[in-house]
Amino acid sequence: MKTTQILIAGFGGQGILFAGKFLAYKGLLEDLQVSWLPSYGPEMRGGTANCNVILSDDPVGSPIITDPDVLIAMNLPSLQKYVDAVVPGGQIYVDSTLISEKVERGDVQVYYIPATQMANDAGVPTLANMVMMGHVLKNNPELTFEGTEATVSKLVPPKKAQLVELNMKALQAGRDYQG
Amino acid sequence: MAIVFQKPHALTDAVLHYCPGCPHGIIHRLVAEAIDNLGIEGEAIGVAPVGCAVMAYDYFACDMIEAAHGRAPATATGIKRCRPDNIVFTYQGDGDLASIGMAETVHAAARNENITVIFVNNAIYGMTGGQMAPTSLPGQVTQTSPYGRDVNHCGWPIRVCELLATLEGPEYIARVAVNNVKNVKAAGKAIQKAFQNQMDKKGFSLIEVVSACPTNWGMTPQKALEWVESDMIPYYPLGVYKDRTAAKEAEAK
Amino acid sequence: MAERVLMKGNEAIAEAAIRAGCRHYFGYPITPQTEVAAYMAKRLPKIEGGVFLQAESEIASINMVYGAAAAGFRVMTSSSSPGISLKSEGLSYIAGSDIPAFVVNIQRGGPGLGGIQPSQSDYFQATKGGGHGDYRMIVLAPASVQEMASLTVKGFNLADKYLMTAMILADGTIGQMMEPITFEDVQVEIYDKPWALSGTKMQRKHNIVNSLYLKSDELEQKNFERYERYKIVEENEVLYEAYRMEDAEICVVAFGIASRVAKNAVAAARKEGVKVGLIRPITLWPFPSKALRQAADQVKSFVCVELNMGQMIEDVRLAAECTRPVSLCNRAGGMIPSPGQVLESIRKAQKGEM
Repeated sequence: MKTTQILIAGFGGQGILFAGKFLAYKGLLEDLQVSWLPSYGPEMRGGTANCNVILSDDPVGSPIITDPDVLIAMNLPSLQKYVDAVVPGGQIYVDSTLISEKVERGDVQVYYIPATQMANDAGVPTLANMVMMGHVLKNNPELTFEGTEATVSKLVPPKKAQLVELNMKALQAGRDYQG
Repeated sequence: MAIVFQKPHALTDAVLHYCPGCPHGIIHRLVAEAIDNLGIEGEAIGVAPVGCAVMAYDYFACDMIEAAHGRAPATATGIKRCRPDNIVFTYQGDGDLASIGMAETVHAAARNENITVIFVNNAIYGMTGGQMAPTSLPGQVTQTSPYGRDVNHCGWPIRVCELLATLEGPEYIARVAVNNVKNVKAAGKAIQKAFQNQMDKKGFSLIEVVSACPTNWGMTPQKALEWVESDMIPYYPLGVYKDRTAAKEAEAK
Repeated sequence: MAERVLMKGNEAIAEAAIRAGCRHYFGYPITPQTEVAAYMAKRLPKIEGGVFLQAESEIASINMVYGAAAAGFRVMTSSSSPGISLKSEGLSYIAGSDIPAFVVNIQRGGPGLGGIQPSQSDYFQATKGGGHGDYRMIVLAPASVQEMASLTVKGFNLADKYLMTAMILADGTIGQMMEPITFEDVQVEIYDKPWALSGTKMQRKHNIVNSLYLKSDELEQKNFERYERYKIVEENEVLYEAYRMEDAEICVVAFGIASRVAKNAVAAARKEGVKVGLIRPITLWPFPSKALRQAADQVKSFVCVELNMGQMIEDVRLAAECTRPVSLCNRAGGMIPSPGQVLESIRKAQKGEM
């Protein structure tokens, strides 16, 4: 039995909820039990946003994450707020373009990805979130990169099919990043 | 033997509970005659208000529902949106329609909801014993304006037809009265037109009927009808305030 | 196996309602239930006979529901706490007229304008009657997105069966979260509605939908008849889940999102060797009093977990008939207790500290 609790946090507008949806759909397609819980309310409009995703072999209990196994921090306030909540042995993903500080904990695996810069360089400036997701997939064996395109296709409305390719570009950049 | 007078079919045999001299009976009859004339009793669904006409569900022979105070246009909307081929009407007083139910009235009109609204304006709350209504006249003495309606204190009466006529939505808005035979005849015609409009799917029609309340006005029925002529009608002029179809036809000419 | 799809709880309600035969939705915007309205706005106009209408107020929308239900149609509205207060007048009229309706409350913290974060503080309002007069609603408390769907279908069926309002009492968390669900088990029950307003067609006496009875003895009789019907609901329609209760010495009682948190805590306590189980009421009215009374013979105490200042705890105490202590583990105002907080309460109960 394995349960992975993933907390994604950043500014509203960074695609935090979308990134969470991507992971939830990915889990769904891999026949895992999943839950996706967004923060909601005024913070969606430019403030902070976060999203709780749980992937599990068993039915998910509480969808609310208090001790994440994985933290994806897309801005400094989010890193500061949640860094100590991550379980020992957990993973922290940091967008190092926007966060210059280092994580001072020695009991977690930290990945620094200049996601915002990479997204800009790849010509997909709004998809730093998906660059981060690409790197998350690479380091989490229960989620494979296989089937990623099918997952993205589920998330993108048919009218905007060209977005699948752009998302894949960002995801691949994240996967291929050698930190 | 020839029948020279009979009750409209669309009224039941129930004995009306209204006070002596109350024009509600006349207005009920006009509505029932319109239903009979148009042959729509089997399709009609009426919405009774809270107020003196609260028991109208016992008097009309068609299907009836009793709405919460002021909410008849919303309840009628719910029915009509489910059963667009039925003929749905509300029968409401001034407190119900123009005070607590003003939002429902205005919005049903704005949506051009395809219903017929019969609005009885007698410038007072009758059922509760004669309190000031949104249509009580300046200076009018009521139980809750014992020194006369002071407009500086509690505001001015609302002219519903004039207000609704400013909206793009409604099809037909008219004010009639039932204080004399001529006016009663004209009222009957207007009410029938309001139902016909619905059958023709033209939308929201509201007929304001300037009425009387002898009991709570503290007048004899005769005196009350005189007061309608001398005080009510000057403040609430009779006439058609909006008729979209007529306006379109006039424009076409 | 039917396809699993990911849906928000609020969307699951809307989709399930459509599958249950609901073609009319009347509502007014309020957070955190807006997805229900948005989904209906998108779907219903594309379905034959479907009507979505945004009303001018919560008051208008419940009275549109009243009219549509009286016309014999499956109809719904949804709102959140302050909006349900406004709808309560209409709910009382619907109860007094003995017609079916389906209403959703995705609760947020109160009182007053309160907040917009999840809460369970409308338990009293839902189960004891938010409007005036003696009446009950069937109150269904989903704890997952799948249950948002299945209890919606059940709610429509029960409302028609017993001629009363069925309410989904959920909260912002379950409304907003996504989980995979399937729609394979949608069983729509059809009930005749000879009382409905459809026009007499000049072939029957007129139908009257009404809650006014000026003769006291008649009104009393109506109330007696209604409560006879409620008694049948209480006998037949109680739903609850018992989790690890077989050898439990402590019984946690929680519904909705609180039960999900509580389940985590029960699992953690079991690992510590504490014999603890969970009873999760699924129907809040009718309340699973018998199950709790039986549990009282088995356990030494109860722990009630709620997102309010302690509301359901009163029903738990009544059910236990003061035979066992009942403690409260709660957060309010939009806060949610952590599994750790619940675990601590279980430990205390185990030690006999209340």
